[in-house]
Amino acid sequence: MKIVILGNGISGITAARYIRKRSDHEIVVVSDESDEFFSRTALMYVYMGHMRERDIRPYEPWFWDKNRIRRQRARIARIDVAAKILYGTGGQEIGYDKLILATGSLPNRFGWPGQELDGVHSLYHLQDLEAMERHSAGLQRAVIVGGGLIGVEMAEMFHSRKIPVTFLVRESSFWNMVLPSEESAMVNRHLLEHHIDLRLSTELEAVLDDGQGKCRAAVTTSGETIDCGFVGLTVGVSPNIGFLRDAPLETNRGILVNTYLETNLPDIYAIGDCAELRDPQPGRRAIEAVWYTGRMMGEALAYTLTGDRTAYDPGIWFNSAKFFDIEYQVYGTITPDLPETQASLYWEHPDGRKSIRLNYERSAGRILGFNLMGIRYRQEVCEKWLHAGTSVETVLQQLGLANFDPEFSTQYECALIEQYNRQTGKSLRLRQKRSLPAVLQFLGNEK
Amino acid sequence: MKNKSLSFTPHPPAMTSGLQKLALTVSGIGIVMVLVAGMARKALATVPVLWTALGLITIGVVLFIRSEYSRQPAGIRNNGVWFRSLSARGIWAWLVAVVLTGFYTALYFGPEKWFAGLTELFSPLSQMLRGRAADKWFVYGGLYTFSVLVMGLKFGFKYRHNRYQVLRTVSVSFFQLGFAFLVPAFMQLMNQPEFYFSYFWPLKDWYGTPSAVQYFSKFGIGPFLLLFGALMTFVATPVLTYFFGKRWYCSWVCGCGGLAETAGDPFRHLSDKSLKAWRLERWMIHSVLVAVVLMTALLWLNSWQKGGILGDFSRSFAQWYGYLIGMAFSGVVGVGFYPLMGSRVWCRFGCPQAAILGLLQKKRSKFRITVNGSQCISCGNCSTYCEMGIDVRHYAQRGQDVVRASCVGCGICAAVCPRGVLRLEGAGLDAGQRAEYLRNTKEPA
Repeated sequence: MKIVILGNGISGITAARYIRKRSDHEIVVVSDESDEFFSRTALMYVYMGHMRERDIRPYEPWFWDKNRIRRQRARIARIDVAAKILYGTGGQEIGYDKLILATGSLPNRFGWPGQELDGVHSLYHLQDLEAMERHSAGLQRAVIVGGGLIGVEMAEMFHSRKIPVTFLVRESSFWNMVLPSEESAMVNRHLLEHHIDLRLSTELEAVLDDGQGKCRAAVTTSGETIDCGFVGLTVGVSPNIGFLRDAPLETNRGILVNTYLETNLPDIYAIGDCAELRDPQPGRRAIEAVWYTGRMMGEALAYTLTGDRTAYDPGIWFNSAKFFDIEYQVYGTITPDLPETQASLYWEHPDGRKSIRLNYERSAGRILGFNLMGIRYRQEVCEKWLHAGTSVETVLQQLGLANFDPEFSTQYECALIEQYNRQTGKSLRLRQKRSLPAVLQFLGNEK
Repeated sequence: MKNKSLSFTPHPPAMTSGLQKLALTVSGIGIVMVLVAGMARKALATVPVLWTALGLITIGVVLFIRSEYSRQPAGIRNNGVWFRSLSARGIWAWLVAVVLTGFYTALYFGPEKWFAGLTELFSPLSQMLRGRAADKWFVYGGLYTFSVLVMGLKFGFKYRHNRYQVLRTVSVSFFQLGFAFLVPAFMQLMNQPEFYFSYFWPLKDWYGTPSAVQYFSKFGIGPFLLLFGALMTFVATPVLTYFFGKRWYCSWVCGCGGLAETAGDPFRHLSDKSLKAWRLERWMIHSVLVAVVLMTALLWLNSWQKGGILGDFSRSFAQWYGYLIGMAFSGVVGVGFYPLMGSRVWCRFGCPQAAILGLLQKKRSKFRITVNGSQCISCGNCSTYCEMGIDVRHYAQRGQDVVRASCVGCGICAAVCPRGVLRLEGAGLDAGQRAEYLRNTKEPA
């Protein structure tokens, strides 16, 4: 059987690896972007000089031949689903028995005047990185539009080259549609600490032309004109499905799939950013364009294609990011506006760069989510508590199990418990300090 | 161009500011002063000259620290590591490599008189510490210790937000200054043998030979020193490694490790991460271990037989081991190649102590690096900044504990990870068992 995977991002490559592990099917991965699989989330580090492009490739060149994963460079123009053939823009014809669509996303552009000018770029593809590099020499200022994870990455990138950054954020506080207000304020402060010119409640109006097709300045909704040689558009992504318009594939924003990641057409599947679930699990979005879900989808589909039909189960929500120097981890459900039925326990370090938040049901005390800034918690432990709906008081007393900070670092579990005791008048105390043997026992995965 | 990764930056951005250039110039003047004073002999070999030279080097480093680290919030600062000539195998790196290699070659294989000027420069210090004039080894020890301390300051500031890194740097600086420099000097002042409490057989191969036993026995303190050495090799090594992994020595105590972790830190990312390099590493390091065991055994056999069977063979074997391994490999290549192959060439490919510690760590130790669930984004910072050339990402992206013989437990992979995925720790289970469990339960190729 010949399986063709369209797209060599984390979803497609994960599918390929697991299919190979479990079968001898012929595997072809088609990409227009690059010959080599690379970690998209690491692009920023290449620009910053932390790594070379080859360092962000998770596998050595011999890996693909050894595992008989054939890679083909092509841009697919259309699909003949009846004949099961992909047609490339360069005249290539690629036949398949099973087709996996893992085409990822395209950065959003909302029709701003001047958005097509040279010097207006997003950060998604390798080619975007090349564009940033091209415009960086002699750049006096960059304006970044969009207060999300990619925007803050781009700000850090330019900052590392000592290029001044103006950061336009539509919301009244950074990423506050995801982060609760305290954490969001922490990031605001940290951005200012790094001398980022942060403009909250400000949007882009237009980009001005220098007369030669290059960006000269950005105009904001408050009417200000900011001189800049580069405008970064980081206002979210949408599924990359334009080339499928003529195919009889059911799509909405993305390619519609059931929980088995099957499209409406036989032998065609979709995974990763380009897939839209018809029936997402309660509390989850139909499209979740993050690294982790892409990887899980690739794995689940590989099981299905190798004789073990497996539904995609994203499990308990988790994510992570880094805002300049502040690491962020989330497990479970954390909403910026706390529903009436929930309570939140929040502790912040006096230095204003670390915090722990536990959200739980007000009535039964069931734990609902962990939100961490500048502190590392162990995913398996948090997941187990969230799965079991453990009560917040049990979690607090056992909290050392979750601690994943480096050795010798100060442990803040007691501070969090004191905060809880102050809020509730209880007198809990920490019963379990940080310990790997205790964790292993708790998780029960010892032999 | 063969190296496609360079295509992004045909002209690497200038990362070094004017102030930093000034800082490097000040340090450079200090280094030149040492060399000139060394060549000018009597005329310049005075105490004020030495202190001025070392002072200028220190001031330069401190100025650099201020501009690069301490004037911005604490955090991971590897900006431009692959753009700067010195840290990216550019022209400055080659220049430094040539100078270092030349210095080590002269030190090990050249005559004492080549160092006459430098020994005069260091003699007042030597008189003070050990009551005798300096020789080239005292000069070397002094410069080595100075490098660890000054560059340790830089490393400590770079990672000031990470207490593990700060304590580790204090530790290697303490052991280098105390146990590898001051204590041996004081012992000589007291007319005792020059003994290094921080080195044992087989790294210090001579300590395990009949001639060392003969030599130390001449001193009253001798039996104690010999007992200490034997205890460290045969008791402390397996016990400490069981609880802490090889890091208790390699990245907290050892002088070679101390230099690698401080002066060598700017080059840690240059280690080769390929599978091929790992294969070569295992062959080489274990060959050196076999050679040192064989050499020691032959020397003892010979001494027991009073040269009856082997004649001069064991002595010339030991001599060749000394030239090839002790001098050429650990010194000339080990440090000389810092700017080209990273800071742990010797520790990774040659050190017999590391080989033993590594076998213990792999088979009989609680130490491992654990992975935080599925949070890895395969970015590659961990692998890139592993000085031992371990492809940490290979394990991290599979959610598998890292249990590798070569890991010295420096903890930088965990520090540079942008998602908080890695943690150094000791589990209640033997490394091998838990690693096997994970291999059997987690997928795939």
